Amino acid sequence: MAYSEKLIDHYENPRNIGSLDKGAEDVGTGLVGAPACGDVMKLQIKVGADGLIEDAKFKTFGCGSAIASSSLVTEWVKGKTIDEAETIKNTDIAKHLALPPVKIHCSVLAEDAIKAAIADYRAKASKKDEPQAAE
Amino acid sequence: MSAAFTYLDHNATSPLRPAAFDAMVEVLKAGGNPSSVHRTGRRARATVDAARRQVAALVGALPAEVVFTSGGTEANNLALAGLRSRRVIVSAVEHDSVRLANADAETAPVDGNGVIDLAALERLLAASAEPALVSVMFANNETGVLQPIAEVVRLARAAGALVHCDAVQGAGRARVDLHGLGVDCLSLSAHKLGGPSGVGALIVRGGVPLSPDRRGGGQEINRRAGTENVAGIAGFGVAAEVASDGLDVGAQRDQLETSLMEIAMDARIFGAGAPRICNTTCVSMPGVKAETQVMALDLAGVGVSAGAACSSGKVQRSSVLAAMGVPPAEAETAIRISLGWNTRAADIERLIAAWRDLYIRVARSDIDHARAA
Amino acid sequence: MTAIAQIRRNDQPIYLDYQATTPLDPRVLEAMMPYFTYKFGNPGSRSHSYGWEAEEGVEKARGQVAKLIGADEKEVIFTSGATESNNLAIKGVAEFYKDRRNHIVTTVTEHKCVLDTCRHLEQQGFDVTYLPVQKNGLVDLEQLRAAVTDKTVLVSIMAVNNEIGVIQPLAEIGAICREKGAFFHTDAAQAAGKIALDVEAMNIDLMSISGHKIYGPKGIGALYVRRRPRVRLVAMIVGGGQERGFRSGTLPTPLCVGLGEAAEICSNEMAAEAERLTKLRDRMLKGLNAKLPEIYVNGDLDRRIPGNLNISFAHVEGESLMMGIKNLSVSSGSACTSASLEPSYVLRALGVEEEMAHTSLRIGLGRFTTEHEVDTAVDELAHQVTKLRAMSPLWEMSQEGIDIKSIEWAAH
Repeated sequence: MAYSEKLIDHYENPRNIGSLDKGAEDVGTGLVGAPACGDVMKLQIKVGADGLIEDAKFKTFGCGSAIASSSLVTEWVKGKTIDEAETIKNTDIAKHLALPPVKIHCSVLAEDAIKAAIADYRAKASKKDEPQAAE
Repeated sequence: MSAAFTYLDHNATSPLRPAAFDAMVEVLKAGGNPSSVHRTGRRARATVDAARRQVAALVGALPAEVVFTSGGTEANNLALAGLRSRRVIVSAVEHDSVRLANADAETAPVDGNGVIDLAALERLLAASAEPALVSVMFANNETGVLQPIAEVVRLARAAGALVHCDAVQGAGRARVDLHGLGVDCLSLSAHKLGGPSGVGALIVRGGVPLSPDRRGGGQEINRRAGTENVAGIAGFGVAAEVASDGLDVGAQRDQLETSLMEIAMDARIFGAGAPRICNTTCVSMPGVKAETQVMALDLAGVGVSAGAACSSGKVQRSSVLAAMGVPPAEAETAIRISLGWNTRAADIERLIAAWRDLYIRVARSDIDHARAA
Repeated sequence: MTAIAQIRRNDQPIYLDYQATTPLDPRVLEAMMPYFTYKFGNPGSRSHSYGWEAEEGVEKARGQVAKLIGADEKEVIFTSGATESNNLAIKGVAEFYKDRRNHIVTTVTEHKCVLDTCRHLEQQGFDVTYLPVQKNGLVDLEQLRAAVTDKTVLVSIMAVNNEIGVIQPLAEIGAICREKGAFFHTDAAQAAGKIALDVEAMNIDLMSISGHKIYGPKGIGALYVRRRPRVRLVAMIVGGGQERGFRSGTLPTPLCVGLGEAAEICSNEMAAEAERLTKLRDRMLKGLNAKLPEIYVNGDLDRRIPGNLNISFAHVEGESLMMGIKNLSVSSGSACTSASLEPSYVLRALGVEEEMAHTSLRIGLGRFTTEHEVDTAVDELAHQVTKLRAMSPLWEMSQEGIDIKSIEWAAH
């Protein structure tokens, strides 16, 4: 049960904790997991006019590995386009943090959280486009 | 008790090695449950794992093949029940924890030296198509006689049978190698090799399925439930590492036997015609009951045994000597002398002198009796 | 309290996991020492003074264990621990009486080794009734009475629960068993030495005891087996016939002596220790309540051993909390199962919601816990819980007044 230094660093000094305005049009929010299963991640991205993710925030209820996984991905997605961010794989997260086998599901959840946040952002963006398309 | 007491009963229990004692005291003070996730628990887990490697190395096994138990008796019981064979064959000289573990076990006879009759074993194996479990000890606790385990394994394999070997009296005193012998499992006891009492192991060759005999917290990879005896296991590990140190007692034992035979021409050393482990002598003093000898020797400052120690004081005829065809009257005069890591030349001399005194005293009284009659 | 310095070095975390295992009392270690060294004989060796001396040590210990539970020394069998005692009691009795009675009653909050043994017996054709417990963790006596029939051979109910520390009504259970002619076995691993036990007054027929839960060594335990009226068992480990044939194997003298000494110390100090621990526990709970909202104690707080708290810290996952409180050794469940990710089955049996069960810690106080340690633990817990709540989406929602149950969570 020895955790890697990187994992412990992300757990002890989590990056980008917090919340963005989930009502804002340029913010995508992903909420994945379930309290009954012992982990819930909320991951938010703010996308700039240039299409780059300019900010990311998270809040996580879960074990140390879940907290570290979500902290890590907020770092990774910043500065990326949403298409680039979408390519982040759970295996990359697991490898970077050297997650023990029983904790692999935490990295899966983090990947799901990015995907959910991106999907939410896209849904908002297409709604915004819809009225114009109708004209 | 006199500090100069000579202890020659290492087959009953061998005094704890100082290095094992030191390791145990450290662990007893440190505490911790190996199943706990926190630091205290992880440290206890590391202690258990280190000992597992040491015990594995003693018998040429892999650490994962070691299942810690509360001792040799539990290991033997676990092997005989846990390998789930419907048919069990044991030798006639096995320890009670093997002989009694399965009420329906069939018995393979031994010869006059206490060595298993291989032809009889082969016939027993061929008598049924049901795959059997054969349990034969490495070295006998009363006589020290070694069994031809490699031959037993060869016959068993040919018949599709599994082999369990009770190596409680062998490990540390002779080279015991799980894979070299080719057995499926081996029983070990810590306190017979200078470790503490209350801990032992069943070594289960990788791939051999073992059903647990007790249910609980899933320790020992689900093979043996119960919080690990961490300090005992640590002591076992250290004792295993130094098991053969100071056990080069073969020459002393041979010298002892030569001397005893010079004193009493009619004495007999049981199993002398077969290979034996280096530390054990089972010898008769004609006409003198074993209990009498043991008491007289104790008064003279020498501790030996009248047979296996585990019979809890029951004065019982040795089933080992009976299986060897020794007449009851002679078996009643047999004592067991077992040497160990702290045995010195002076201890052997003391035993010889005490044994001689007793023999002369009794022989003389016999002559007096004869005169009076 | 001078013993404390010998127990914990400064670089070690504060130990608050006394239900997983207890440190060896230095007085116990001292009593054991001679039996490791110059009194090393095999108690089965009747032929020399080494053996006699070892036997003397073992028999004294047997008496000390008997005294702790109001039994006769002839009724105490040494085993390798409580897991073995529980296995032997349940399987041994079931096996012996199977032709006459084949029903066993137990509860859903028993230790794993009792539940697994019962499941094993079910596979062998025995009927087992697993009684639920009430919200406070205690068995409902009327339900018990209804469950015990003339086919019931054994009722196995733990004296004190290992996770939530609640004390079952033993005397009442014993009375029901006696009235119905069923044997009463109790797993007293967590109870012996912590609360007064009397096998006569409580009509207990079999009782399991563990060495390392009462400041004794690991690898040793005991099983009390009543002689009048006699309870019979089929032995699990056969061989040299030690322990009146109930349990073969060379007796580990130093461990027996250690268990005896540990029992003796408990007999003498239990009352004062309980009073001290109750004060410490109240101090801890008061301290936590003052610093943290929304914390909940699981299990009955009054009918509970003094050294246990089991607390749900709402919206903070237990494992992450454990990782944060680096200076404290506590447990997020019972130690045997703590490597698994399932929430505690004991808490679930009390009706604690799964999400709440995930937020619970077991805090075990004991003989060497100090007031200073309690205060340090309160500060560290409060600090970490506050930190983790600040990063918990569930805490955020509850502060915003969102009902977590109203959200449709993806099950996974």
